[in-house]
Amino acid sequence: MARPVRFNIHPIQADIKDNISLANMPEGYTGEGFFASRLSDVVGLARKNSIWPMPFATSCCGIEFMAVMASHYDLARFGAERLAFSPRQCDLLMVMGTIAKKMGPIVKQVYLQMAEPRWVLAMGACASSGGIFDTYSVLQGIDQVIPVDVYVPGCPPRPEAVIDGFMRIQDLVGQESVRRRNSEQYKGLLQSYGIQ
Amino acid sequence: MALTNETIKDRLIAKFGEQLSHFEEPYGLLTFEAPRDLNLKVMQFLFDDQELRFQFLTDLTAVHYPDQQGRELAVVYHLHNLTDNIRLRFKVFTPSEKPDVFTATQLYSSANWMERETYDFYGVNFVGHPNLKRILNVDEMEYFPMRKEFPLEDQTRIDKDDAMFGR
Amino acid sequence: MSTEHHIKLPEGSIEKSTTTLNLGPTHPATHGVFQNILELDGERIVSAEQTVGYIHRAFEKLAERRPLYQITTLTDRLNYCSSPINNMGWHLTCEKLLGVKTPKRVDYMRVIIMELARISDHLICSSVVGVDSGAFTGFLYVMQYRELIYEIYEEVCGSRLTTNMGRIGGFERNFTAAAWEKLERFMAEYPAVLKEFENLFSRNRIFMERTIGAGPISAERALNYGFTGPNLRAAGVDYDVRVHSPYSSYEDFEFDIPVGSTGDCYDRFLVRNGEMWQSLRIIEQAYRKIQDMKGAEADVYHADAPEYYLPSKSDVYTKMEALIWHFKIVMGETDIPPGEVYQAVEGGNGELGFYLISDGGRTPYRLHFRRPCFIYYQAYSELTKGAMLSDAIIVMSSLNLIAGEMDA
Repeated sequence: MARPVRFNIHPIQADIKDNISLANMPEGYTGEGFFASRLSDVVGLARKNSIWPMPFATSCCGIEFMAVMASHYDLARFGAERLAFSPRQCDLLMVMGTIAKKMGPIVKQVYLQMAEPRWVLAMGACASSGGIFDTYSVLQGIDQVIPVDVYVPGCPPRPEAVIDGFMRIQDLVGQESVRRRNSEQYKGLLQSYGIQ
Repeated sequence: MALTNETIKDRLIAKFGEQLSHFEEPYGLLTFEAPRDLNLKVMQFLFDDQELRFQFLTDLTAVHYPDQQGRELAVVYHLHNLTDNIRLRFKVFTPSEKPDVFTATQLYSSANWMERETYDFYGVNFVGHPNLKRILNVDEMEYFPMRKEFPLEDQTRIDKDDAMFGR
Repeated sequence: MSTEHHIKLPEGSIEKSTTTLNLGPTHPATHGVFQNILELDGERIVSAEQTVGYIHRAFEKLAERRPLYQITTLTDRLNYCSSPINNMGWHLTCEKLLGVKTPKRVDYMRVIIMELARISDHLICSSVVGVDSGAFTGFLYVMQYRELIYEIYEEVCGSRLTTNMGRIGGFERNFTAAAWEKLERFMAEYPAVLKEFENLFSRNRIFMERTIGAGPISAERALNYGFTGPNLRAAGVDYDVRVHSPYSSYEDFEFDIPVGSTGDCYDRFLVRNGEMWQSLRIIEQAYRKIQDMKGAEADVYHADAPEYYLPSKSDVYTKMEALIWHFKIVMGETDIPPGEVYQAVEGGNGELGFYLISDGGRTPYRLHFRRPCFIYYQAYSELTKGAMLSDAIIVMSSLNLIAGEMDA
């Protein structure tokens, strides 16, 4: 006999102490009137709490993303208040849904239009690996055309999973070294995709 | 007197005689077969006739029967008479070497994209279509994917092992 | 000074008086991927050319590889805003082919789920019309109640969006007590929310001026273009598959069909809102009918079709016949009669048809989906001829174009 899920029938009273979280201060030396820390920590802290995503919604995962953006699962609490619909003004490209071969060049073009530093989140099984559509017309994962940072599996992933993926992106952003984008390894990665 | 499948069949046979064949009623839907050259005439008759009034094209698609020589591709039309609420299905068969079928776009504007889709999947050449090019697949594709001889999967993919997937 | 600077312009570009604007596959109105190439004369649209296929996933070819009960997961992803309707439509098609008759309680449960899905679909469309005309609030208000609908789906089948709900012959499990509680809460709270949503938009001067007169279509042209569903009803034709070819006991319910007159965006918006009120009416009637059932028929949730409906696991592990049926169904040894069947259901966008040709084998010989979005999107160039660019956006969102259904 299945246990019925009972959340949201009798919601608990909200308590202000559960709702506010403060970002942790990075490690450093403090003294009267100064605080010295690593540049990458401070820049990472600022960047990770204000990521502006670009929703590249193609199919069902896009509707689940609309649910994530809505007030119930609110992605705006994580700093993604402004959904940038132009790739030139966004940090994170969230590819949500199946990418067909016809759409592949367009994903690549949107990725090229983004300015560094940029991250990519592949949401859903179709964007990660082609999903249930192992057919002649579907690209088997967007990592065939662009480098991906975080994959969120699911068909569609629950909003909590999307938020978890977003938090992993935040971890990546917070810990990124200042020299990464100019390093040989990163350039090699882009070369392997044919991106200059 | 309400319109019934019998009445429609009698009117069609009265107009076209022996050329229409294979009258059946699977699951209550009158189905018949017409010769390839008459598809437009049959649809025009069904559209204009005051009693029959099949003025709504519900669906237009094709089926591939690779085993029937000379009749491999069947174009299937589903029509609907909205005032009397009767549906109808008819098919035209055409060989796959030269699959020319007259277009229905003059009569029904909805046939435009449905015929493009049928061309894209099966290669049926609709004679007289204003813009017959691929609609759902990439423009550079050289084959007609829904035909039975072509596989479902993309043969050039390297990350999926067919042996493990049971293919 | 004889320096000649030649700026290379494309051929004929100075003479051309219209601008080409690519309302490309990715655009801010997150509707899905389809492209419009517009020729603009200033702000007016001279012509529009549509390209689709950016999410073509080859459903029809995939379906030839899968047995009937596995195709339900494909049908989810057609009109993914209201996937239970697609699922139920597919089950009805299979039941028509196989000759399975479902009991009344199953029909009423299906009706409840389908009408919830219709409300969920129309909520997305109506609130996104609001978002495209600049009003984000309505979207946030109604998404809260879409979450409640998702929770009801979760109670019934376990999944929120792509539901894979039900089986050939009924449902996989009875609705739990929590599902009924959530449904009662929905029926109690939702009318006030819908009223508030309507108050925000229906007599709002800015919304009315944006949408009245945007993209009108006459009933004759709409019928010729193969329109069905709310878009056709907004043009004045009251064709609804639930009334004209009733399925799943819809003939037992009493509901009206809201009809518009000019077929413009405002009429489409109002027709969808009207349909949501009617869906609520149907849900209440179905709920009442199920609660009034007594005795043995009050617990049934699937048809008695052992050839096509998997027996319960406790039976499979204890009874020999159940084990044999389970084996036959999963391995594909059951008798699927050869034949061709066309079944239509009233989806969120209109007549969603399934044309299934079976040759007696485990998988269909041919399965074709009659997808309403694909068929009526052709009319977009006629709807926007002479309109302004912002009208083109509103027309696109009011037509409720779902890319998954368009490309299949």
